Amino acid sequence: MASARSTAKLVSAEVTTFAITMLGLLLVTFLIGRVIPIDPVLAVVGDRAPPDVYDKARIALGLDKPLWQQFLTYLGQVARGEFGTSVMTSNPVILDIKRVFPATLELATLGTLIGVSLGIPLGVAAAVYKGRWPDNLVRILGLFGYSIPVFWLGLMGLLLFYAHLGWVGGPGRVSVAFDDLVTTKTGVLILDAILEGEWEVARDAFSHLILPASVLGFFSLAYISRMTRSFMINELSQAYILTARVKGASETRVIWRHALRNAAAPLATVIALSYAGLLEGSVLTETIFAWPGLGRYITASLLQADMNAVLGGTVVVGVVFISLNLFADIMARVFDPRTR
Amino acid sequence: MSDILLDVEDLRVRFPGLSGYTEAVRGLSFTLGRERLGIVGESGSGKSMTGRAILDLVPPPGEVTAKRMAFMGLDLLSMPHRERRALRGARMSMVMQDPKYSLNPVMTVGEQIAETWRIHNPGEAGQARERALAMLDAVRIRDPKHVYDLYPHEVSGGMGQRVMIAMVLVADPDLIIADEPTSALDVTVSMQVLAILDDLVSQRGLGLIFISHDLDLVRSFCDRVIVMYGGAVMETLNARDLDHAQHAYTKGLLNCLPRLDRVDANLPVFTRDPEWLK
Repeated sequence: MASARSTAKLVSAEVTTFAITMLGLLLVTFLIGRVIPIDPVLAVVGDRAPPDVYDKARIALGLDKPLWQQFLTYLGQVARGEFGTSVMTSNPVILDIKRVFPATLELATLGTLIGVSLGIPLGVAAAVYKGRWPDNLVRILGLFGYSIPVFWLGLMGLLLFYAHLGWVGGPGRVSVAFDDLVTTKTGVLILDAILEGEWEVARDAFSHLILPASVLGFFSLAYISRMTRSFMINELSQAYILTARVKGASETRVIWRHALRNAAAPLATVIALSYAGLLEGSVLTETIFAWPGLGRYITASLLQADMNAVLGGTVVVGVVFISLNLFADIMARVFDPRTR
Repeated sequence: MSDILLDVEDLRVRFPGLSGYTEAVRGLSFTLGRERLGIVGESGSGKSMTGRAILDLVPPPGEVTAKRMAFMGLDLLSMPHRERRALRGARMSMVMQDPKYSLNPVMTVGEQIAETWRIHNPGEAGQARERALAMLDAVRIRDPKHVYDLYPHEVSGGMGQRVMIAMVLVADPDLIIADEPTSALDVTVSMQVLAILDDLVSQRGLGLIFISHDLDLVRSFCDRVIVMYGGAVMETLNARDLDHAQHAYTKGLLNCLPRLDRVDANLPVFTRDPEWLK
């Protein structure tokens, strides 16, 4: 119920922070592009080009201009989505990203949904039954989540649920039979299939998605349940909880309406960070499940010294990270009136 | 209905520890009518645990036993926790110590008052807002509609404690326990809050258990006083007879009060007699 003016003030403050952080990020990626020992001119003309061709290309790329002018040009290019051409795929980097990012997006989103929908109730149960068996169970689960290597869990998952039981699809986003059956609209395969009414494809895509998403979801669950537990233990020991009990509130109400509502603000930050972590692309998971996502794309580009692709990918990851931080800040303000 | 609200005999609260039990309350007996009963004693004397035992809010693993604990003819000892909870807030309630911590920081104060009403009157939940506003008015808050939408961090300590009183009284209880309700407030504000509490208790004919370590406050505010030490009752007497207390502990406590009409270089040091707990 904050007044419109204070809301506007808050939004403008957040937007300013966002803009400054973005500028900082782009400055860093710009400078990386200048200091690496890979000559961008040679990348265009090849290393056997005569000097006059080299010079022409250098001028065409604007590399003769002062650095600040180059930076402004770079800002303009980024704003238009021009990240140059990838050496590895010979596509414009932006097209590659449009292809790989949705794959990571669907993986990270489902993983986070699994992590949140199981992690929060488990963390709450652990806090409520602190020191008893539900707590121990959650703590052991968390310990596994932290200490099992992701590639091992992924491989074992494939072995059990794909090879032995046949419950899920194997590596890749979709079975070969369904390849290229739906036209890309959003890039999120399941969504595209549903939009076209191709239920078979959607089902198949989901069966490929669920296992890697569960693997990521398990790690996200370990983190989220642990944080939920500690936030809830803290909240449940506060005096206002005794007040709620004095009023005759049921335990359900005390836990979910009073304590969890107070834990929601810090939890929003934890969830956003965990989601951002997954959106960067989990290289190992994507590798094991042959998932054509952002993590694999950036790693492969880096190994090929494909700097346009690496810097383009870095900008995308940065934007995702900054946006989610912004979102978490806004959510914290929504949940906690003291921060408004 | 008899005039006895609460009848407690031989109430004991104890906590298991590594080396046996720690007894917080040892054999407290009293009856309470529609009157103001003060419970005084130093920190750790079992005052607060007594209040929480009556409300069934002794934190685990604490154990509560008694020969008898009856509230308006209802046997609290044999009553399941669910029914005790239904009594809580509706027929017996408690004013907590510090409004800064005992109000939920993410709910508006109005919502918190309305919640008490809603929990106990699920059929008439629509009236909750109206009732809460009326209660805010009853605790002499000038602009109830404005205050209703404020969050606890936006109200002063005195106003917070008035909100607390409104929250406790909105469901019309018969018994309230006030656990050091003014210890977090400064003296003038505390007087205003007490005056409001005083009026509401008289108007509604409530039974009040007033837990405090402030002897002067209890003397002026209560009808009867129970003096506790180490979880046991030292003495029960009429508040106006406090100056003529018989028990050495009560005398000792009174003796430790600084006075304006006498110059004390040092306040007397209080010696406690282990015999008192026998």
